[in-house]
Amino acid sequence: MADLTVTCRINGQAATLRGHSMARLLDVLRRDAHLTGTKEGCGEGECGACSVLLDGRLVNSCLVPLVHANGAEIVTIEGVASADRLHAVQEAFVACGGAQCGICTPGMVLAAVSLLARTPRPTEDETRAALAGNLCRCTGYMRIFAAVVEACGRTAEPS
Amino acid sequence: MRAFLPAYDLEAPETLDAALRLLSGGDGGWKPFAGGTDLMVLLESGKLAPGRYVSLWDIEELRGITVSEDGVAIGALTTYSDVLAHPVLRADFPLVVRAAAETGGVATQNRGTLGGNIANASPAADTPPALLVYDAELDIVSVRGTRRVPYDGFHKGYKVMDLAPDEIIRRIRLPFARRGWRQAYRKVGTRRAQAISKVCFAAAADVRDGTLHDARIAFGSVAPTVVRCHVTEHALRGRRIDPGIAAVARQALTADIAPIDDVRSTARYRMRVAGNLLVDFLLNDDNSQRPTPNSQS
Ligand SMILES: Cc1cc2nc3c(=O)[nH]c(=O)nc-3n(C[C@H](O)[C@H](O)[C@H](O)COP(=O)(O)OP(=O)(O)OC[C@H]3O[C@@H](n4cnc5c(N)ncnc54)[C@H](O)[C@@H]3O)c2cc1C
Ligand code: FES
Ligand code: FES
Repeated sequence: MADLTVTCRINGQAATLRGHSMARLLDVLRRDAHLTGTKEGCGEGECGACSVLLDGRLVNSCLVPLVHANGAEIVTIEGVASADRLHAVQEAFVACGGAQCGICTPGMVLAAVSLLARTPRPTEDETRAALAGNLCRCTGYMRIFAAVVEACGRTAEPS
Repeated sequence: MRAFLPAYDLEAPETLDAALRLLSGGDGGWKPFAGGTDLMVLLESGKLAPGRYVSLWDIEELRGITVSEDGVAIGALTTYSDVLAHPVLRADFPLVVRAAAETGGVATQNRGTLGGNIANASPAADTPPALLVYDAELDIVSVRGTRRVPYDGFHKGYKVMDLAPDEIIRRIRLPFARRGWRQAYRKVGTRRAQAISKVCFAAAADVRDGTLHDARIAFGSVAPTVVRCHVTEHALRGRRIDPGIAAVARQALTADIAPIDDVRSTARYRMRVAGNLLVDFLLNDDNSQRPTPNSQS
């Protein structure tokens, strides 16, 4: 029973994925669901370029076997913005220049989205810990960090 | 992706019984698969042994942390994130919490499990030293029944465990035995996030009136398995905490650990650092790990 059909929800829509039970969710999302916003960097859990939310939790899709997506709610970078508006984190990345080549950006944005969902007003340490699994070879991190701080300001209710 | 997928199978039963039956199948060859943060890395690099794997991920019986009067029982599928979120672990087992916080990034913490960290049997694994300090016991289960074993002694040699092919770790038990003890956890690596340890240190000491009455000392990455340092604990028991204790500690430690040279570090560096970490723990109470405040993180 190595080949299987998995039913799940991707970015709010019912979806059916087919493949080997141990296939990497990353490959199935990119190749079969055509969601190429999810990137492959290292393929070994170190870089976070392949981050998606699986049942609301940040995971590296290169380390998730397809069978673990069965019945799951998946959010990829394509599902972060609403129909007519970027997510506050995305707006902040644009405003702060948090992207250069852009390969790490989908993962960074999802890591930040997942942080703000859990912790609307993170401390500096919490923000650093939340991004520790995402590598960037271009920006030097300062602008990414600034973007996440900026995004907190945009999402948190005024106090 | 370097692996040839048709050489593998991964089944995902939803009950413990079904999983154990697969593992016990006369034809053998089924191996457990939990969060996949070790196994999928091997798969990608073409190093995962071809064969059949049983996913434990959907098995509710292996999840959850229960608290009783004597201690906690932690399901084998408990992730690092589950550890970090648990108020009793944060209050009573700060070294396990520290180890979880220093493991990988959030995505790894959301998928990596304590059972997987133990059974992967890496000498560089980072939760085992903390578990040894707390006198952990393991519940091990198969179709043949359940047995409970002390975690100290579970690792028999490099990647050799007291675990039969049809058995899995069901839960990890930690007694409330270290309340009031000084505790410390230190991981020494090339950088703070995501680095494999060069030396990992966990310890607890019952120090009253300037005397060390009892201690638990454990290390990772300094021997073929994670090790509890019985010789050192014995040598320190009953001693006064004064500068003279340093030499005793360093000397005894050479009988407990056997570091080697490898890609991450050298034997000499590791022996020296292990001694420094221990002496620092003994002489500087300031380095102790306090209960972790319950905040969201
Ligand atoms: C980016 C990254 C960073 C990491 N950082 C660290 C770190 O800092 N410190 C550290 O120690 N590790 C680290 N790891 C390694 C890994 O995340 C841990 O060892 C993790 O706890 C493994 O758990 P798992 O559930 O993912 O195991 P899996 O990959 O599913 O399995 C690992 C092994 O355990 C066996 N197994 C799993 N569950 C059971 C069970 N209940 N009973 C019997 N056998 C079982 C499997 O058969 C397999 O041999 C890191 C990994 C990655 C990808
Ligand atoms: S590609 Fe998955 S973590 Fe790098
Ligand atoms: S913008 Fe290029 S890797 Fe981050």
